[in-house]
Amino acid sequence: MTAKRRNKNKYHLRKAPFAVISFFLLCIFIGIAAGEPSRVFEQAVRICLSCIGIG
Amino acid sequence: MNILRKWVQVFVGLLTNAYWAFPFTRSLYQGPMKVICSPGLNCYSCPAATTYCPMGSIQALLATVRLSLESGQLFVGFSVFGSIGVMGGFLGRMICGWACPFGFIQELLYKLPSKKFGIPRVLRYGKYFFLLFFVILLPLFVVDEFGGGTTWFCKYVCPTGTLEAGLPMLALQPTLRAQLGTLFLSKFVVMVLFLVWSVLSSRPFCRTTCPLGAFYALFNKVKMVRLRLDENRCTNCHACHAVCPMGVKFNESPDDRECISCMACMSKACRFNAIYLDVGGVPIGAEPSSTEPQGIRVG
Repeated sequence: MTAKRRNKNKYHLRKAPFAVISFFLLCIFIGIAAGEPSRVFEQAVRICLSCIGIG
Repeated sequence: MNILRKWVQVFVGLLTNAYWAFPFTRSLYQGPMKVICSPGLNCYSCPAATTYCPMGSIQALLATVRLSLESGQLFVGFSVFGSIGVMGGFLGRMICGWACPFGFIQELLYKLPSKKFGIPRVLRYGKYFFLLFFVILLPLFVVDEFGGGTTWFCKYVCPTGTLEAGLPMLALQPTLRAQLGTLFLSKFVVMVLFLVWSVLSSRPFCRTTCPLGAFYALFNKVKMVRLRLDENRCTNCHACHAVCPMGVKFNESPDDRECISCMACMSKACRFNAIYLDVGGVPIGAEPSSTEPQGIRVG
């Protein structure tokens, strides 16, 4: 048995992180499809008065 | 490892605040990078900010969700939650330890000589309260007669906004100063309290209040990159307790939601190689043992 095969048997990849990342990637694609980044951009380039403590 | 982390913190801090033309333009960066999500808490009204703050964006989207839906637009924060979810899935709260500018500021303040105090563990739940109520529920449900809400966390709490955006913008745009009132005063007091607390205690904002840290904490058991404990090698010497900036007892709870993977326990404290880095199930660096304890078990 090769060293590579032994390592493959010794460690098993955890599936949970891949599932979580895939789910949130899907969320990003839904957001992009809905045109959300342009709305986020509109907000981000204006001064947030509430952040400053004015409004 | 600590020096590497400091360099990464500086690099990410500069990268997310790379618009140094602001003293001349006296305005915010308005270029295309502003559609990119900042990994850490970094106010998008900071004049140097080149990315958007995920917590600010979520609040702003939820506060105007009724208006968006009325106009047929489904702007409920999918892309923002998706962005921080992907980062959380990879790194979880490692982002707090390696890529958050306000976390870095707190670390620097903690280096100032003074008497140091711990933080009661019960206060760690405060950040989940702020995430649930001030970031999600209040902006969503407390609305005016037009159906618009407000960004509760930014408006009433966020010291990052006051420090990184409020004070610089007031310096750059004198016309804003005329509108200051009790709201600014209260936010200024909150900011000063957190800065003073940061001198006395390690990362108080991260541990008690930060909603982004609370969100990333949800990933600590399922994230791709995490620190693991080799129980065969651990001697329960508790050396890892003393160096943790977040008050984590790593040998007792390796998946603790407070762990920011700063790796101080692994690189500074543990002499038995009992703590190692795991990426998706594959150990990096020290090989976990499958034998009997190598050190003398204490306690």
